[in-house]
Amino acid sequence: MKIVVLLKSVPDTESKIRIAGDGTSIDGQGLKYIMNPYDEFAVEEGLRIKERLKDDTTVVVVAMGPDRVVDVLRTALAMGADDAVHVGDPAFEGGDAQANARVLAEVVRPLNADLVLGGKQGIDTDSAQTCAALAEYLDLPQALIVNELTVADDHKSVIARRRVEGGDELVAMTLPALVTAEKGLNEPRYASLPGIMKAKKKEIRKVTLADLPLKPGQVGAAGSKSKVIRYHNLPDRPAVKMIAGDAGQQAKELARLLREEAKVI
Amino acid sequence: MANGILVVGEVRGGVLKGTTKEIVTAANTLSQAGGGPVSLALLGDDAAAATNLARSLPVANVLVARHPALAQYSSQAFAAALQAVLSACGARLVLFGATAMGRDLSARAAARCDASLFTDCTEISLAGGNLRVKRPVYSGKVYVELESTAAIQMASIRPNVFPPATGSGSAEVIEVEATIDAAGIRGRVKEVVQTADGAKDLTESEIIVSGGRSLKSADNFAILKALAEVLGATVGASRAAVDAGYVPHSMQVGQTGKVVNPKLYIAVGISGAIQHLVGMRTSKVIVAINKDANAPIFQKADYGIAGDLFEIVPKLTEEFRTLLGTHA
Amino acid sequence: MSRRLHGEVQTIKEGIVQFTLTDEQRLIQQTAREFADNEVAPVADRHDREGKFPLELIKKLGRMGFLGMLIPEAYGGTAVGNLCLVLALEELNRVCASTGVTVSVHNSLVSAPIVHWGSEAIKRKYLPRLATGELLSAYALSEPGSGSDAAGLVTGAVRDGNDYVLNGTKNFITTGAEADVAIVMARTDPSHKTRGITAFVLERDMKGYVVGKKEDKLGLRASSTVQLVFEDLRVPASQILGGEGMGFKIAMHTLDGGRIGIAAQAVGIAQACLDASIKYAEEREAFQQPIGKFQAIQWKLADMATRIEAARFLVYNAARLKDAGQPHGKEAAMAKLFASETANDAARDAVQIHGGAGYLEDFPVERHFRDARITEIYEGTSEIQRLVIARHLLKNLS
Repeated sequence: MKIVVLLKSVPDTESKIRIAGDGTSIDGQGLKYIMNPYDEFAVEEGLRIKERLKDDTTVVVVAMGPDRVVDVLRTALAMGADDAVHVGDPAFEGGDAQANARVLAEVVRPLNADLVLGGKQGIDTDSAQTCAALAEYLDLPQALIVNELTVADDHKSVIARRRVEGGDELVAMTLPALVTAEKGLNEPRYASLPGIMKAKKKEIRKVTLADLPLKPGQVGAAGSKSKVIRYHNLPDRPAVKMIAGDAGQQAKELARLLREEAKVI
Repeated sequence: MANGILVVGEVRGGVLKGTTKEIVTAANTLSQAGGGPVSLALLGDDAAAATNLARSLPVANVLVARHPALAQYSSQAFAAALQAVLSACGARLVLFGATAMGRDLSARAAARCDASLFTDCTEISLAGGNLRVKRPVYSGKVYVELESTAAIQMASIRPNVFPPATGSGSAEVIEVEATIDAAGIRGRVKEVVQTADGAKDLTESEIIVSGGRSLKSADNFAILKALAEVLGATVGASRAAVDAGYVPHSMQVGQTGKVVNPKLYIAVGISGAIQHLVGMRTSKVIVAINKDANAPIFQKADYGIAGDLFEIVPKLTEEFRTLLGTHA
Repeated sequence: MSRRLHGEVQTIKEGIVQFTLTDEQRLIQQTAREFADNEVAPVADRHDREGKFPLELIKKLGRMGFLGMLIPEAYGGTAVGNLCLVLALEELNRVCASTGVTVSVHNSLVSAPIVHWGSEAIKRKYLPRLATGELLSAYALSEPGSGSDAAGLVTGAVRDGNDYVLNGTKNFITTGAEADVAIVMARTDPSHKTRGITAFVLERDMKGYVVGKKEDKLGLRASSTVQLVFEDLRVPASQILGGEGMGFKIAMHTLDGGRIGIAAQAVGIAQACLDASIKYAEEREAFQQPIGKFQAIQWKLADMATRIEAARFLVYNAARLKDAGQPHGKEAAMAKLFASETANDAARDAVQIHGGAGYLEDFPVERHFRDARITEIYEGTSEIQRLVIARHLLKNLS
């Protein structure tokens, strides 16, 4: 089986996000980048399927972005992925989800994947669109935000489990198909030291716009259908009202405030 | 130029979801700002069962698409059906609820229709005829205001942001022919498995009572359950409580759990680490009960009690029981 | 033998100075950091409080390859070298010094000498299982009567046919309760002080190998520190490292490497103190503002950070020299001396910055304070380090 995993490099969760001067962008200074946490589950799932199938299954990881995304590709290689592709070109910058998916579609199409895996959303934009758009462009059935994936014995279909309001949905798809990972799909492995050393020998292929059947107007900011007006910080709440007294008095006063002042009960 | 707003209705088990009614309200605010008439789409026979309720809502018309391929949900079939409905009504703006189905369908349909899509929006408006939204990014640390420049503009809206629309009208029902290549549909929902406790989903709850590691045991969560019952609330938890094994991950609120937007969030014995805050910071009212008066949660709360939760919570339960006249 | 990893210019460190690491070094550091933060940090306090050895974590680290960093690939390790080892050790110690010392001893004090001086048979017998952590290990030099005066050891090893019979007591042995394998220095020749010492590889299953009293320590409480008692323990001569009489030389050489590991531990502990203090200074308010606004706090933090950075470079320098096969005794002693004193000062300042809270179990700095103390004592006291450095400086006098 050929498994393709899409990776994103995002600012780490501990980062303080600051709005840049004019308010239309985020200040990139001092940001530490990591593999998008949800993508870790995707890589891990690809590796587990490969280990379970015990055949000639390969896992290819693909990441789009500036040079720093090579770090996440290396991490995935160290975890055990077989090949890596860096999709990078200044023309791709500023693309919305669909512009990016358009590029990824042309990179992934010739790979003839049986299964395309990604994380449910990038923790920077949190928009959860790119993978679904990619599925549409590649005409793949999709199952998003999956917490369990089972490959059929004949390796020709999968059943994906995903949480919906009030229950779990089981989605059956014939391959090739696309799945995005939710936390809990698996427990991602750490890179091992032998894996890190083995990854040294693996090549990372670079793909630019010139390598793809796309025009500059179809990609990046030029190929996008929206614009940022501005970023906003969270509105300040008024200071907390601490309720005094003994436990009984506090409970009584809180109940009263919630009922009469906040009007939420 | 064709205009109008299409609300994509969602039905589960023959019942129109509350979220859809919220989106109708959202659509009407756009309509009032010059966005044109509001239509409501029902895709598939299951959804069509809710036609009567749907047409009573404040919409200009209800568009129903039936097709054998719509018998079970699949992104491909429903996106095709939605495309057909969209063509039929000529709307420029399409709104979804950011529910499990809404997220799935909106992303697929937007790509199919070459429309812009803003997901999980907390505010929407029109600017010069274009959709303008505010949505959380970076795990809710910051909000971004975006404007669409596309011919067709779509958005999914976070549940519990808009009040549900009510109505007693009688909108026109229009049947739409949807041509769907059934053979090309290679994925579909096989079944929906009810989860064990069938509890209301955290993401849709109006009131949440959440517990942290200070609850000290799984059994002690019964204290919160009692309060939740009286308030008609759902019980949530911090990551610390989940990691300690007191409650399952499905109850976790926070960065690696669920993002919730209730009107009231009561944090019991939760310190307020940033990872938890991002999951509930948009709650309308936040109450914190914690032994440590310096716990960061108090900086984000509207009301706070520094004290022993094991004393306070039962007393609070009693107070509400009396206030609301509910008896366990 | 360590492989030298060639550097590409890549900036990885935030902070005052930037350092050049290869992709592999960066990945090793990143993996150690993630493991430390995700797996070790949540249980570090509890293990310290309960005096519980982090067996599962050590085994996991073993499976990931962190216990075979100085073992050649031919024997199941990765031989990534001492610089990678100190990068990993700093991350682990930042979160749990007990976990850190276990990994340090296993790599530097046990695996390394076996690689360097073990016979082919000994290497094949132990290295593969040490590399994966299937076997845990200890290093036994100190005795109740000899610490700094290492050559003053009295545990005897008397030749009897093809065997030696060992009798004696070793104390302050790290991981002594869990070790499957231990390198033990014993006296084979009473007439020569330093040249009468021999290094043996012992197994806990050997008859006469007794794990004795477990010590109740101020810090590093999740690391077991025990006495090992040998009662007529019979061991074949084939278990000797190097050769009869080479034990002291092996011990001194081994300690050079070991003290680089302890220096890395000290840097990790100091960094933890700095991280905790910055966090506290940003959050804690006094006189209506965060205490980080006060110069007294700022100066403490500035001094702490500067000295940690300097210590870090002394450690990296010693590690690089060792990896390059160059003399590093002076540099290793300098790193250990400076880093351990930095860690103790940082811990003291961290507690002070935390005020009363720094004295409570609720905050990690009291554990760092207790853990830091031993770094000025074990694997060569600060006094010994000063003697070592002086000896290098005053070569003409010896």
